[in-house]
Amino acid sequence: MNAPTQISGPKATENIQETQLAIKSESQLESKSENKPSEKPSHDAITSGRYIGQRVRRKEDPRLLTGRGQFVDDISLPGQLQVAFARSPIARGDIVAINMDIALDVPGVHAIYTQQDLACYNVDMISFFLVSPEVEITPLANGRVAYVGEPVALVIADSRAIAEDAASLIEVEYAEQDPVISIRDAHHAPPIHPGTDDNIAAQMGEEDIDEDLEAELQRAPHLITHTVVHQRISQSPMETRGVLVTFDGSEEITLYITCQSPHMVARWVSIALGLPPAAIRVIAKDVGGGFGLKNHPWKEETAVILAAMKLRRPLKWIEDRYENLIGANQAREQEMALQIGFDHDGTLIASHGNYSCNNGAYPQLAECNIAVHMFVWAAYKMPTYGFLTRGWYTNTVGYAAYRGPWAMETLIRETALDVAARRIGLDPIEIRRRNLVTLQDQPTTSCMEIPLEDVTPAECLEKLLTAFDVAAFRQEQAAAREQERYLGLGLATYIEPTGAAGAITTMTGELAQVRIEPTGKVTATMSTHSQGHGTATTMAQIFADRLGVAYEDVTVFEGDSSRGGFSPGAAGSRQGVIAGGAAIKAAELLADKTKLLASHLLDTTPDNILIDNGMVSVAGQPDKTRSLADIANIAYGEPDRLPEDFEPGLEAQYRYQPPPMTFSSAANACVVEVDSDTGFVKILRWISSEDCGTPINPAIVEGQISGGLAQAIGMVLLEEVGFDERGNPTTATYKDYHLPAISDVPDFEFVHANTPSQSVGGMRGVGEGGAIIGAPALVNAIADALSPFGEVPVELPLTPVKLLSVIEGRDLSRKTAAPANTPAQEGNTSVAEPVTPATAPEPAIAPATATATNTVAAVIDGDWKMILSTPMGPQEISGHFETQGDLLSGYLSSPEGQMDFSGTAEGNNLKFDLKVQKPMKITLKYNLTVDGDKLAGKCKMGIFGSAKVSGERA
Amino acid sequence: MSKHTIELTINGRRHSSDVEARTSLADFLRDDAGYTGVHLGCEHGVCGACTVIVDGKAVRSCLMLAVQTHGSDITTVEGLAADDGTLHTVQQTLQDEHGLQCGFCTPGIVMTMAALTDESYRSQANPTEEQLLGALSGHICRCTGYQGIRRAAKKLANPVEIYSGDES
Ligand code: FES
Ligand code: FES
Repeated sequence: MNAPTQISGPKATENIQETQLAIKSESQLESKSENKPSEKPSHDAITSGRYIGQRVRRKEDPRLLTGRGQFVDDISLPGQLQVAFARSPIARGDIVAINMDIALDVPGVHAIYTQQDLACYNVDMISFFLVSPEVEITPLANGRVAYVGEPVALVIADSRAIAEDAASLIEVEYAEQDPVISIRDAHHAPPIHPGTDDNIAAQMGEEDIDEDLEAELQRAPHLITHTVVHQRISQSPMETRGVLVTFDGSEEITLYITCQSPHMVARWVSIALGLPPAAIRVIAKDVGGGFGLKNHPWKEETAVILAAMKLRRPLKWIEDRYENLIGANQAREQEMALQIGFDHDGTLIASHGNYSCNNGAYPQLAECNIAVHMFVWAAYKMPTYGFLTRGWYTNTVGYAAYRGPWAMETLIRETALDVAARRIGLDPIEIRRRNLVTLQDQPTTSCMEIPLEDVTPAECLEKLLTAFDVAAFRQEQAAAREQERYLGLGLATYIEPTGAAGAITTMTGELAQVRIEPTGKVTATMSTHSQGHGTATTMAQIFADRLGVAYEDVTVFEGDSSRGGFSPGAAGSRQGVIAGGAAIKAAELLADKTKLLASHLLDTTPDNILIDNGMVSVAGQPDKTRSLADIANIAYGEPDRLPEDFEPGLEAQYRYQPPPMTFSSAANACVVEVDSDTGFVKILRWISSEDCGTPINPAIVEGQISGGLAQAIGMVLLEEVGFDERGNPTTATYKDYHLPAISDVPDFEFVHANTPSQSVGGMRGVGEGGAIIGAPALVNAIADALSPFGEVPVELPLTPVKLLSVIEGRDLSRKTAAPANTPAQEGNTSVAEPVTPATAPEPAIAPATATATNTVAAVIDGDWKMILSTPMGPQEISGHFETQGDLLSGYLSSPEGQMDFSGTAEGNNLKFDLKVQKPMKITLKYNLTVDGDKLAGKCKMGIFGSAKVSGERA
Repeated sequence: MSKHTIELTINGRRHSSDVEARTSLADFLRDDAGYTGVHLGCEHGVCGACTVIVDGKAVRSCLMLAVQTHGSDITTVEGLAADDGTLHTVQQTLQDEHGLQCGFCTPGIVMTMAALTDESYRSQANPTEEQLLGALSGHICRCTGYQGIRRAAKKLANPVEIYSGDES
């Protein structure tokens, strides 16, 4: 055991013991009493109200603490049957025969369905953006399987145990094929999906580095190439997936499902199944975590819904953990190489990123993660950046979101900056100070055209440094090294786009509907949804604050698509920002209405009316005081006493459309000790300095950050979904897939910056940040600790074995090929093979054979159906071309509308430009080649790089 | 499947039931007895969400068969709070410390802490903070990062603080 370590606090006054090295967080130092204003000074002025800004107790807790929550498996319906799936034991192959005879004979089995039985429903397995997939996706395997765990048959029985018994008795004969498992294999292997040219699921950017960018990189006095290999992650909400579906009448479906937004699920099911939206009611009162997995139904849930339609009995499916670890979509498996040119003094000159992620066989969204490139340098003064980004199909379970899906940008940038600082001989703080965008630099626009007005990563960093004495730490670190003990400090800064709305169909505003009931109590229906976020609490705080009623007298309803309006729920750190704004606006409308009525009844003007603690009074006339219930009774029940044109009742609603994007910022510091004998990492201290604007409830804000940081610790040290070379999952239980336990997570300390945003209420999103910034902070701390031994390759997770290989100077990295395409000025900073450079040939297009001019028109003119691979998934476009000599004209139309263009036609080569407004103002430059009845080519989309276009004659 | 008759007490009430030999205690408590506060997070003994108190000891009900509990006295998370809704000290402390988010892991965490700190279950002295944290290391919470759970454990290990009212 190591000697106790003193980790420098601001004044190092804490008596730090071995087992408890962190100082108390601010939250620990203050009162938790409900409704009691906190003494905490930091969010005064801007944020503190009677309830907004207070650590009030959560409304959700009493039912959850007493076992009376309502999770999906807690609901049972008369006549319900249970579902289990027979799943593929191989990663790739054709289904030759399915024999269900024995299984059907099991007493208690009602039916067994395969895809053939469900095909008649023609489900369209659309993405979160409501776009149809490029490859065929069916709820159950359709003649072939593409990953281990793919559902092949669905068994319906009296009980889950009987259904499982029967599922194990279904005999499936497969013609097995060699699977493609890793990103690396996907590059070169023949396509895993029939009818595709390659394994690229999505691609953006340029395959060759732009010449000017290359020149900038080459002139840089310091050129760093940094590689990160990120393992695959299971989101692992503690409540697995599950659904209970019932038909309540003709065309009426009620769906209890564990999800991230009942409204989103209703919309998805309605479109995917082609049903009128009114016929679907989705209920999800309590949800045991989502983290990106539960954005919308996928294969299993859809199969259960269809099976219930077919059998006309209520069906329940509750995923077990084994199924969840092999069959639920997973996240994060990705590799990235980042080249960065620095000037002598460490200022940034230019950068290029090459990113790949594993989409599995059937991703919920064919993803090449363009956001990684949009945000990698957004908060830094980076003059120029280029990229290539691709997603790859493999024979593994599909890709889905996980808290901060674009987090690679912060991980690779922040770890690269530390590597660069060591290389250049700069302090890691200094390299950030020289390059971060400060408040003084704003407004400005990033190299990827992101407008910045009020991001504060530099300010968060300075604030962090007031809470941590770096100089004292460096002394301790040096002294410890003398005793062969290895302490390390990791810093990271970042910004996060939160509360996004308006650019993507499903990313909308939020709706607040609120009323003062005849009882004088307040009820509100929100479009929000909580999977632990506590929105019923934070929204109630806002209503209580703004309506002048007691927090106890406010009830917030959510979690039912038949109430409230559309919102995608928990996705993109958005609910606090957007729903918070909606609640404030709706409360203000209702307060105004109440004051209008009260002033009429109490014979004064609305300005003179005060509402406080459920009582309505006239300023300066205490005798003129009525309870809110009195006023409400009149509003609802005595129309004769209402002012003229006054709509009876006390109700208001507001749908808030926030600014397109609201940024959160943060800086984190993490201190570790790495045991040089065992390679084990012990986290000694962790400070989060974050700017989430107005914190509605600091305890909930800290809870969101803490949960994210714990997940980051899991990503860096523990978690990894594994496959063998045949694609068999090797982490099918929690004995193999290691989630962080209480002993793995230190006490977190918080420093809040609280710069109000420009959204109503000033909130900034905080749902994902911890999971984003935590990983590089911890990696940097470990790398700093082990710097005497050399660089630590960033191949997550950093297991003791990997760290020992650094300590002992052995090369255990799983890829050893020397990076071939990297400018070698400074050598490589990582021994890992960088993402393989783009070698994929252009889609084969027959060269324009001598096309006689008079036949050009015949070749080109007419209607075409095209697919444009956009960052939001493949988009169907229909096009109309007309040629006149070498002039081209026509129009493209998509669900968003139709646009005319003109351009040129040289031989069978077409070039034309289109200016679009959404999601950003960009010019799309099409360059297409027609070959018979097919066309192919590229669309250059401004800073988004190029996207593939393919099409055929309509 | 063979059926067995078991008689036992759950949350102070007597139950008699015919169960299949293979039925886990967790499935019995949820599906037969109706105590859906018993949560199943892994069904293989790792996550701790299914923890209940059987004859004074915290037990993972996914790893115990219902037939093994014939004659036992069982408390689930539904059995802790007073009839008027007043929360058990463990529950109240977790709420005060924001020790839960989605609440799925919570019943197990509550039961482990209650088994160790509530005099009606524990046979030994109130646990130290280390003992309580040691027991909690067998529970997985994916949401909270354990901050509020650890604060609650510290308070419960030092019960003076709990009854001293508001310690701002
Ligand atoms: S469900 Fe029993 S330990 Fe996880
Ligand atoms: S609160 Fe969600 S798992 Fe613990």
